[in-house]
Amino acid sequence: MLRENHRGFKFDWITIVLFLLLVVFGYLNILSASHVGEITSYFDTSQLYGKHLIFVGLTFVLIVLILSVEAKFYERFASIIYLIAMLALIGLFIFGKDVNGARSWYGIGSMTIQPSEFAKFATALAIAKFISDIETNMKTVKDQLKVTAIIFIPAILILLQNDAGSTIVYLAFFFVFYREGLQQVYLIIALSLIVLAILGLKFGVLITAIIATLLLASVYFLRKKNRGSIFQYIIVLIVCTSFSYGVKLFYEHGLKPHQQNRISLWLRLEKDPAKLERMKKAEAYNLIQSEQAISSGGVTGKGFLQGTRTTGKFVPEQHTDYIFSTVGEEWGFLGTSLVVLTFVLLIIRILYLAEGQKSQFSRVYGYGVASILFVHFTINIGMVMGLIPTVGIPLPFFSYGGSGLWGFTILLFIFVKLDSNKINEW
Amino acid sequence: MRKLLLLTTVILVGLVFIARLFYLQVYNSSAYNIFEDTAIRKVYKYPKRGYVYDRNGKLLVANQPSYDVMVIPREVSPLDSLDLEEFCGLLKITKEDYQNKLKKARNYSPRLPSPFVPQLSKTDYAVLQEKMRKYEGFYIQKRSLRSYQTNIGANVLGDLGEVNRRIIKRQPYYKLGDLIGKQGIELSYENVLRGVKGIKFIQKDRHNKDIGPYKDGIFDTLPKPGKDITITIDSELQAYGELLMKYKRGGIVAIDPQSGEILAMVTGPSYNPNLLVGRERNKNFSRLFRDTINMPTFDRGLQAQYPPGSPFKVINALIGLQEEVVDIDDKFTCRMGYYYGSRRLTGCHHHRSPVDMNAGIAQSCNAYFVNVYRRIVDKYDDAGKGMNIWADHAKSFGLGNYLNNDLSVGRKGRIPDGNYYDRQYGDNRWGSTYIVSNAIGQGEVEATPIQLANMAAAIGNRGYYYTPHIIKNIEGDTIPSKFKTPKYTTIDKRHFEPVIQGMFDVYNKGTAQSLRIPGIEICGKTGTAENFVKIDSVKTQLTDHSIFVAFAPKDNPKIAIAVFVENGYWGSRFAGRMASLMIEKYIKGHITRTDLEQWILTHSLENEYKKPYSGEPFKINGETTLQVIPEYGINSNSKDINFKN
Ligand SMILES: [Zn+2]
Repeated sequence: MLRENHRGFKFDWITIVLFLLLVVFGYLNILSASHVGEITSYFDTSQLYGKHLIFVGLTFVLIVLILSVEAKFYERFASIIYLIAMLALIGLFIFGKDVNGARSWYGIGSMTIQPSEFAKFATALAIAKFISDIETNMKTVKDQLKVTAIIFIPAILILLQNDAGSTIVYLAFFFVFYREGLQQVYLIIALSLIVLAILGLKFGVLITAIIATLLLASVYFLRKKNRGSIFQYIIVLIVCTSFSYGVKLFYEHGLKPHQQNRISLWLRLEKDPAKLERMKKAEAYNLIQSEQAISSGGVTGKGFLQGTRTTGKFVPEQHTDYIFSTVGEEWGFLGTSLVVLTFVLLIIRILYLAEGQKSQFSRVYGYGVASILFVHFTINIGMVMGLIPTVGIPLPFFSYGGSGLWGFTILLFIFVKLDSNKINEW
Repeated sequence: MRKLLLLTTVILVGLVFIARLFYLQVYNSSAYNIFEDTAIRKVYKYPKRGYVYDRNGKLLVANQPSYDVMVIPREVSPLDSLDLEEFCGLLKITKEDYQNKLKKARNYSPRLPSPFVPQLSKTDYAVLQEKMRKYEGFYIQKRSLRSYQTNIGANVLGDLGEVNRRIIKRQPYYKLGDLIGKQGIELSYENVLRGVKGIKFIQKDRHNKDIGPYKDGIFDTLPKPGKDITITIDSELQAYGELLMKYKRGGIVAIDPQSGEILAMVTGPSYNPNLLVGRERNKNFSRLFRDTINMPTFDRGLQAQYPPGSPFKVINALIGLQEEVVDIDDKFTCRMGYYYGSRRLTGCHHHRSPVDMNAGIAQSCNAYFVNVYRRIVDKYDDAGKGMNIWADHAKSFGLGNYLNNDLSVGRKGRIPDGNYYDRQYGDNRWGSTYIVSNAIGQGEVEATPIQLANMAAAIGNRGYYYTPHIIKNIEGDTIPSKFKTPKYTTIDKRHFEPVIQGMFDVYNKGTAQSLRIPGIEICGKTGTAENFVKIDSVKTQLTDHSIFVAFAPKDNPKIAIAVFVENGYWGSRFAGRMASLMIEKYIKGHITRTDLEQWILTHSLENEYKKPYSGEPFKINGETTLQVIPEYGINSNSKDINFKN
């Protein structure tokens, strides 16, 4: 194996190179997106790019710390870390600070810390710890409920703090559970529910019901053996129809207007041109600006620090959630495809390493890391390009912010540490 | 299997992203164009448009600043009713106007600037400028408008108007709201006069505020001022011509034969060029343009195409000599016309007979020229060949085609050739007797006053002319060499003397005796053109057009002129008098024949022009009485000089 050739350096260098690539490229784009006027000093901490450079510097200190801790520490203290993270989330309700309507920050002097960024790796550790327990069997409903509880606690706490985007991230653990033995039927159900929800919203409950009837009927008649009772099919049909109806009700009454409009724009539900125009000015404003910025980059981009829309700050929140549009404008198709490729390679590398782990804890944790990175990557870039509805979550290692950068770094480097320990089991 | 779910999903998502990026950035993305980039504000600075001077250095056209309110529709944020009211008040428009104008601009383009309210007055501008910041999406563009230092020469000077979309499409230099030369020298010297506008690229932020020059201004340009030009017009002569043309319709073109420079180019009726400046321009222009009775925008000196009549006879005399079918001493009898067998092909007036060339020209004998013309056409067995040779000679005087000069309008005129009649009558099914009208400048021959003036210049120069042109000097540049090279006619120099002597005798003892100017040897030729209109679809004859062509002095001529007065009757009556006065004015600088001047100033043809519209029967030519203008109060020598050409 590779790392046996590197006796002095036992960490997976491919992961580290991909990580560095993202952090450095991310910093350059934050510099572009956040500078106002001339850049006098790269260390000017009154500017966001100056702050981010410090975050990046501290990240390396953090990495050294994580890698120097013994690998078994993470497994042993997984539950405690999870507990601390949950307490930190709960503490927000008392000590937290409102930023843009979300109560997800602690303010310490001029610094702010977002505990939800740290809750991700904590949850990943807890899940790994629970699943790798000898007594746990993912095929039993009891244990399925237990893991669900582990992810629901942080998800609900974060949702209560008005940070719907970060809540969605916890769906990532579905991939972990599935890998660790969750029955196939859950996958089928999950996919069916997504399809039903979209069909119901786009074409209405009636058409959804008709499609479901036709599908079930064809399954019934094609299956000569074990086709089961016709009543089972009818029950499934009723469940499907009620779900679709429920989604519709939730869409109409359960969502806040801006969330509703985002979905409406995504599925192109709005027919009234005047209202559509208003929505484009409000909910779709960021997206339109971001798509324009990306398109205007063309194949090779306008050049580093040369993006006219980036310089003019046309895309709101461009240094955080919309950082990918800066890549699009200034580095063009070459830059954006490089970023996409880097993420895909990083995730695949982690999956590959995870599958090679001897300890189940490391494997499950590795899967958790890959899944969380994957969900962030998909939602963030998908949103910035208009492929999925607007959900505000950062692009890992790329977006501005200390908590985010550190949260993802810890998440990744705990795995790098666990992986390095593979040959030298405890 | 379980291991593959996330892996395949990751790869799938990666592929979808790359595809989407390819669509956005490669497939759907056009090459970067800064003019399309809404993040960059383009601020234009308009250069000074070149001034126009007359040949004596008198300033004719200068500039004045003008301020347009421009709008970029997508940047407009809705105004509350109070602001809207104030804004409309400042612009002096109604709220409906506001909505309509905004809609019109948006229909043109939501992201490109359109003029919203053009050409504010200075006081309106001063008030508005202070408050402009409040109205997002609107800004004030400074431009320069023309300021005419004269009331004459509207047809020469032309005017500026807003570019239309067709022009913008063809010439992307122009943006909506820009001004461009529409007529006259403003049109023909647009590229010289306009200069090049400067542009500044400014980086905007999303609140539409300027945050600094784009790329430190490396793409910015300074405006390049337009070049001043001097035109060949003598503004005093032009003004005098316009004065003489008052109460008449027609055209005068005067040329310096030694250079082809156009000294005066009068059309009547004309208008004050100041009418076509400022906010009222479009209204005034369409009023002038729609006046189909007076047609003030129709330049009669350049565009009025008629059979030239008798002045064309001298061309036939020259061709006859060149083709050696007639000798200056050859005499022809005239029996009050030309007879072919017992059929009279053309009439003539009373004069002594027979006539040689000199008398033929001086007395303008129709029979003489039909004889000469038939000899030219019948020189060869094939009349078509004879006609083609005749046409080539005539065309070498600049007739029958565009002069290819620097005027914005013109007509070809017509010199028929053999093919023309082959088409008319069938191949070879015609002969010289069919087409004798050409001998006396009637029939199919047609010419414009500027072509006739140029013809006179070519005769005066004894066989060459310079393309008549209006540009004398361009600041820091040279004028096109085509205006400096002589064009030779196909007639040998030696043939001109006898013909010129004939034209001199027109003044000396012929049809223009009474128009002599003391001290100036003028050579001229009178002419008339019959003309018809349709009144209730009945072809009705009107009083003849009065035509006169001349040059002076006889040797080394300084001026060649053609005058054309609609329905002025015979040639020396209006056109001849005016030509003599113009020649005296130009050569002497003052008028000694005040009797001629008085007569012209006090006689009007306006009731003549009303006749076809009166709906009543009317008389023409000799049966009419001339209208005298009362305000001049002179009831003097309305006695007409009774010569027929
Ligand atoms: Zn006669």
